[in-house]
Amino acid sequence: MSQQKLVVIGNGMAPGRALEKLFETSPGLYDVTIFNAEPRVNYDRILLSPVLSGEKAYEDIIIHGDDWYSAHGVTLHKGAKVTTIDRAAKTVTSETGITAPYDKLIIATGSQPFIIPVPGANLAGVLTYRDLDDVHAMLLAAKSGGRAVVIGGGLLGLEAAAGLKEQGMDVTVLHLMPHLMERQLDSAAGYLLQRAVEQRGIQVMCKANTHAIEGETRVTGVRLDDGTVLPADLVVMAVGIRPNAGLAKEAGLGVNRGIVVTPDMRTSDPDIFALGECAEASGQVFGLVAPLYEMAHVVASQLAGKTDAAFSPSATATKLKVTGMDLYSAGDFADGPDREEIVLRDPVRGQYRRLVLKDNRVIGAVIYGDTADGPWFFDLIKRGTDISGMRSTLIFGQGYQGGSALDPMAAVAALPDEAEICGCNGVCKGKITATIAEKGLTTLDAVRAHTKASASCGSCTGLVENVIKLSLGESYNPAAVTPMCGCTDLGHDDVRRLIVAKKLKSIPALMQELGWKTSCGCAKCRPALNYYLICDWPGEYEDDSQSRFINERVHANIQKNGTYSVVPRMWGGITSARELRAIADVVDKFNIPTVKVTGGQRIDMLGVKKEDLPAVWADLNKAGMISGAAYAKGLRTVKTCVGTDWCRFGTQDSTGLGVKIEKFMWGSWTPAKLKLAVSGCPRNCAEATCKDIGVICVDSGYEIHFAGAAGLDIHGTQVLGHAKTEEETIEIIAALTQLYREQGRYLERIYKWAKRVGAPSIKAAVIDDLARRRALHDRFVESQTYAQVDPWEERVNGKDAHEFAAMAELRLPQAAE
Amino acid sequence: MNMVSGNWLDVGAAADVPVRGARVVKSPMGDIAVFKAADGSLFALRDQCPHKGGPLSQGIVHGHAVTCPLHNWVISLIDGEAQGADKGCTPKIPLKVEAGRILLSAEAIARLAA
Repeated sequence: MSQQKLVVIGNGMAPGRALEKLFETSPGLYDVTIFNAEPRVNYDRILLSPVLSGEKAYEDIIIHGDDWYSAHGVTLHKGAKVTTIDRAAKTVTSETGITAPYDKLIIATGSQPFIIPVPGANLAGVLTYRDLDDVHAMLLAAKSGGRAVVIGGGLLGLEAAAGLKEQGMDVTVLHLMPHLMERQLDSAAGYLLQRAVEQRGIQVMCKANTHAIEGETRVTGVRLDDGTVLPADLVVMAVGIRPNAGLAKEAGLGVNRGIVVTPDMRTSDPDIFALGECAEASGQVFGLVAPLYEMAHVVASQLAGKTDAAFSPSATATKLKVTGMDLYSAGDFADGPDREEIVLRDPVRGQYRRLVLKDNRVIGAVIYGDTADGPWFFDLIKRGTDISGMRSTLIFGQGYQGGSALDPMAAVAALPDEAEICGCNGVCKGKITATIAEKGLTTLDAVRAHTKASASCGSCTGLVENVIKLSLGESYNPAAVTPMCGCTDLGHDDVRRLIVAKKLKSIPALMQELGWKTSCGCAKCRPALNYYLICDWPGEYEDDSQSRFINERVHANIQKNGTYSVVPRMWGGITSARELRAIADVVDKFNIPTVKVTGGQRIDMLGVKKEDLPAVWADLNKAGMISGAAYAKGLRTVKTCVGTDWCRFGTQDSTGLGVKIEKFMWGSWTPAKLKLAVSGCPRNCAEATCKDIGVICVDSGYEIHFAGAAGLDIHGTQVLGHAKTEEETIEIIAALTQLYREQGRYLERIYKWAKRVGAPSIKAAVIDDLARRRALHDRFVESQTYAQVDPWEERVNGKDAHEFAAMAELRLPQAAE
Repeated sequence: MNMVSGNWLDVGAAADVPVRGARVVKSPMGDIAVFKAADGSLFALRDQCPHKGGPLSQGIVHGHAVTCPLHNWVISLIDGEAQGADKGCTPKIPLKVEAGRILLSAEAIARLAA
C-alpha cells in the first residue's frame, strides 16, 4: 500500500507532539510535509521566558532539531506561510508558491497575540510576546536600557516583565483587573504575588486601563484613562491570545472563536483536523500545554485508525515560570454557594494556600510560596478523592497525612503510581518508575527521552529527579558530567584531558585505560575518539577508517538512495574552462544524474554509484582537481568575492587571500565542519559574517570575524580582531582554528564552542597573547604537514580498494547446480 | 564462479572482510552485507535498514551491532533487530566459515525475494 500524504500547517509544540506519537505507534504510515511560517524548527514556547531572562539559550529549547525531521522523512518548509487550502483539489499552497497535495490535513496555526485597539498600537517599539522573534526584539530593545511598560498582568506579562527587569530595564506592569493573574489566582494570592513582583523592583499598577500609546514614529509613553502618562521606550502587550482561524474560515470550515472540532478533533471536513490553540473543542479554546498535548494524542490516534480516541478537556494546573516566585494553581477556585474553602495564610513568610472543596472533594487549589505539594493537590482534584478522613490536616499537604515527616523523598515515595508528575506531558509516577526499570535508565536525560517527563517546561524536574532517586537509590548522581555516550561515564572534556595526560595514542589503548564499558565503543564515541587522537597526536596516530562515518571513510557524501555525491575543491570559488570541461566529461562518462552549484561556491555531482567513485576521482585528478572535503568534519570552503581584481568597491585582494587561506588550511580535521569566507569590502558579498570564520577587508587591513552560523541556528559573527597584513590574518586564523581543534567537543560547531568557553578567553589566546598565538599557529602548521594528502588520489592508487568493490556477485541460486 | 557445497554458497575469504567493517555481496535478490565484528565473528544481513532502507554495510560496526549511516538506527548483527527505542527487523542470512571461506545459506538468500 502506498503511503498516504499528511500535510501539517504549523510547526508548534502540539503538531510536533502529534507527529512524535504517530511515528512511535505507526511508523511509515504517512508521508509528512510541514509548513512553518516561522523560519525554524520546533522549539519549546513555554521556555521563552528563561530565554528572555538569559537563563537559557535558543539551542536549549529546541524540541526537534533538523535531524529529527530527516530521520522521519519529514519535509519541512521553513518560513512558508500557507495562504490557501483548496479542499476540492485537496492541496495547500504557501505564500512562497509551494503547493502540496494531502490525503489528511492538520491545521495547527496556533494563535496570535491580542493587540489592544488603542491609538499608537502600531508604533515602533510596541511588541507582543509570542515567539522567538519577539524575544529577540525585546532583548535588542533591552540592550539600550530605558523604560518598559508591560500591558497585562497574566502569566505571560509577568514573565516578560521579570525577563526585561533581568535585562536591566526599568519595568512597569499595567493590569486592567483589580489583582494580578485573576484567571489563576484569588485576590489574596494575587496580592502576595504583587508584593513579590514589586520587591524585585517592578512597578505594578492594577485597574489601569490603557487609553493610548504616545509617540511620533516610536513609542515614547503610555497614557492611561485617568490621564496619567508613563514614559516608555518599549511597550509589550501581553493581554491574551486569539486563535488563528482565518485560513480555515476562508476554506469554508466551521469556525467560531476557534476552528470548531468534534471530540475526534476533526473539523467540519472529515479529512481535516484542527489542533492546538487554533482549535475550539466543547466551546472552549485552550492555551496551556497539557490539554494541547492531549489533543495531539487524539489526532495521532485518529490518524493511525483508532477512531474511538476522543478529546475531553480536564482540569489543568499552572505554574509561574519566574525564578524565585513560586506559584501554583489548579482546577476551579471561583467562590460559589455550594463550595467550601480551607485557607492557610502566613503573610510574613509569604505563604498562602487555598483549597476549594465541593462534596468533600478538592476541586481547586491555589498555592503561593512553598509549592511542593501542588502536584499532590492536583492529583486529589483529578482523582476526585474523598478527603473527609484527612480534612483537618489536608491544607498542610501530603507530608502531614499519616504523620510521616516532611521529607521530599518520603513525599514522592508516598505518591500512588497514578499520581501525575509532569503536567505538561501527562506523565504519572508509575510510567516513570516502570520505564526506568524496563529500559535500565540512569540519567535524567534518558528519562526525559523515553517518557517526556520534565521535557517541556521543566518545572517538575526536581520531582522527576526524586522519582529517579527513589528507583535507583544512591547510585543516581544528578550533578555528574554528561557522559560522551553509554560506553563511558566520562565527558568529552575529561577524555580529551586524559588522552594528553596519559599519552593515549590508540582507540584500544584509550578504551582499556579509561575503562570503556563496551568491547569496542559505539557509533557515537568512536568517531569522536578518532578525531581527538588525530588532533592530539599528529603524525603518530594512525587514522582508524572503521571509526569514521561512511562519508569520511569513502570521501564522498552518501545520499538517501545509497549513491554518493562528489564535490571537487575550487580554490576560493575560482574555476577554469579546463576544470569545467573535465567535470562535464565526467558527468557524461558516468551518467551522473544531477549537477548542482553548492552554497560554498563549487559544483556538486550527485547520484554517483559507489563502485564508480575511484574512476570519477581519477578523471578529476587528471584535470588537477582534488577532494573538496564536502563530507568532512574539517575545512570545507573559503568563499570569496572578486575584490580589487574586478570590483570598483574592493579594498583588498579578497579572492587572492581566500585562495591562500584555502591552500593553507585544506585537509585539516576539526571538531565539526569549518566554513570560511573573505569579503573584499564591508558590503560583504561573500557573506563572511555568518561563517565559522570570516574576513572583511577594509582600507586599513583585515577585520577577522568568528562564531557565525547560518544553518540550524542563525548567528552573526563576532569580531575577533584586526590584522594589518595578509600574513597576520592567516596566522590569527590558524591559531583560532588550532584552539578550536584542541578545545572543541566532537560535532560542536565553532559558535557553540565559543559560547561554552567564552569569547574573551579565545581573544586572549589568539589576539592578545602573541606567544600563545604563535605556538598555536605552529602546532597547526605541524599538523598540516601530515594532513595535506589528497584522499582521492590515494584511493585512485588502490588504498581501501575493498571499500569500492563487492566481495562477490551471486547468480540465481537455482542456476548454481 | 560461486562454489556451492550443499545448500551453502561460497562468497569469499573471511580475511577479505575488514575487522569492525563490512563487505557487500551482490545477488539477484538484492545486496547482502557481510560484517566482521571486533572479535572476528562474521554475520550476514540483508543490506537494508528496516527504517528507510539505508545500506547497513556502510555503517559503523560496534560490538555485535551496526549503526545505519542514514539515520543512526542501531541494528543487531545477531538477529537483525533494531535496538533501543526503534522497532524493525532486517532478515538475517545464516553464515558459516569453513577452511577460511565464508558460506551463506542459499535457501535464506532465495527467501529474500519474497
